[in-house]
Amino acid sequence: MPYDWNFSIVLQYMPQLLWGGLHTVLLSAACIALAVPIGVVLGVIRHQRVRFLAPIAVVYIDFFRTSVALVLICWCYYALPILLGVNLSTFTAVTIAIGLQASAYLAELVRAGLGSISTGQWEAARALGMPGTMRLRYIILPQAARRMIPVFFLLVVEVVKTTTLAGIVTYPEIVYEAFRVSTEVYRPVETFTIAGLICFAFLFVTGRIAMRLERRYAAVER
Amino acid sequence: MTEEVLRIEGLRKAYGLLEVLKGIDLTVHRGETVCLIGASGSGKSTLLRCVNFLGYPTEGRIYLEGRLIGRESGGKMAYRESKLCAVRTHVGMVFQQFNLFPHLTVEENVTIGPIKIRGVPPAVAHEKAAEQLRRVGILDKAKDYPSQLSGGQQQRVAIARALAMEPSIMLFDEATSALDPELVGEVLVAMRKLAEDGTTMLVVTHELGFAYNVAHRVVFLHEGTIYEEGPPQEILVRPRRPRTQDFLRGHTAFRMPEPEMTPAAAVDG
Ligand SMILES: Nc1ncnc2c1ncn2[C@@H]1O[C@H](COP(=O)(O)OP(=O)(O)O)[C@@H](O)[C@H]1O
Ligand SMILES: [Mg+2]
Repeated sequence: MPYDWNFSIVLQYMPQLLWGGLHTVLLSAACIALAVPIGVVLGVIRHQRVRFLAPIAVVYIDFFRTSVALVLICWCYYALPILLGVNLSTFTAVTIAIGLQASAYLAELVRAGLGSISTGQWEAARALGMPGTMRLRYIILPQAARRMIPVFFLLVVEVVKTTTLAGIVTYPEIVYEAFRVSTEVYRPVETFTIAGLICFAFLFVTGRIAMRLERRYAAVER
Repeated sequence: MTEEVLRIEGLRKAYGLLEVLKGIDLTVHRGETVCLIGASGSGKSTLLRCVNFLGYPTEGRIYLEGRLIGRESGGKMAYRESKLCAVRTHVGMVFQQFNLFPHLTVEENVTIGPIKIRGVPPAVAHEKAAEQLRRVGILDKAKDYPSQLSGGQQQRVAIARALAMEPSIMLFDEATSALDPELVGEVLVAMRKLAEDGTTMLVVTHELGFAYNVAHRVVFLHEGTIYEEGPPQEILVRPRRPRTQDFLRGHTAFRMPEPEMTPAAAVDG
């Protein structure tokens, strides 16, 4: 018996699903915004083998890379407020959990990116008389960043996917909203099909931006 | 030609147990071009790197414009990296591999030093960059990226980048060794022009024709010591000492169409 598709009821709930999609985008953006500065700093510390700080960075990176995202989310939502004695919104709690985990992955990416720049570049900048921070900021990091674009966007996609776990603590992201809609209209097939399409559309656009950026900078590279 | 720009006294440099420079004394005067020649591994690069402190000397003193670099403490020299950054702005360096910044245009490569390190206003820096690029004959490529240039053009940009800092002395480390033979000439011509303009230069090179025609003085480095030095007409044509004679037998002052002679073959023949 072929399945009798009926999108009309589900489409009435489209605003709610799009609302969920918007929350997914916002949460993803917040996680990335938290991950980038931490990841860059940790990546530089690792690459430069900064005394005292580098071993700490290693522990941090290993911890978050081996942690289960769902556990981190629950821990940040249920345990962290108790330990800190403050109230955390679901948004804040999940951003901390996923953002910190992403920062660990990003740190390793930054480290690899910095390592891929030839020593000749460091030396040329040094020979000009640039202090270390200037070498990093104007010469090495911009070049490394360009090389990191493809993998960075893979990481972004992973972060977006991970944010769909946030429903577990009732953050109204796309999958959470899809659940709510489908229990109301008893049309899980249509509901999750549409939710899937919304996710796909977002990730597709992200991927296109990545490709555009990559192509733009590839022309400059040797 | 009496004013000393660079003075090196008793310079020693060791990598671990391997002593590469074994007491170098060398002075370069204003407007002088000194060519440093010697076999591979004799310590030429190491010497240049000590002059702008890409590598720290193990022992000895380096004076730039009459000022001793570093502080004396207990008979040894101590160097502070922050002070050395300032020193390096007065010493231009040109590498064998060009090492242009690939993410910056030719113009940006030349202006980034003056703008970021010296704090020169961008408008002024661009004007001066144009002047240096014109000097090395590559002003028309100012908006290009390094990857769009030939090796010879890239090396001339690298020279302009170093010149833009208005250094007291320019160091060249085999600036033409990585180039295809047909591109060597344009770089040597640019270097010759600088020398004739009175730029103070310390040039490591295997281009003995350049040394002969341009250098005021040629220094032959052998196993980490200055083995023989003097005017090019003496050192390159009538060397007195055996190692210099051996070295020159392995080289030819003119580019010949035959395959390059190896030193061994040259000695046999
Ligand atoms: N960073 C380094 N560590 C250890 N040994 C080095 C290093 N750089 C150069 N050397 C050694 O020092 C010697 C001189 O090298 P170099 O100055 O590059 O000679 P040249 O430029 O005359 O060919 C060589 O034996 C080389 O192997
Ligand atoms: Mg060398």
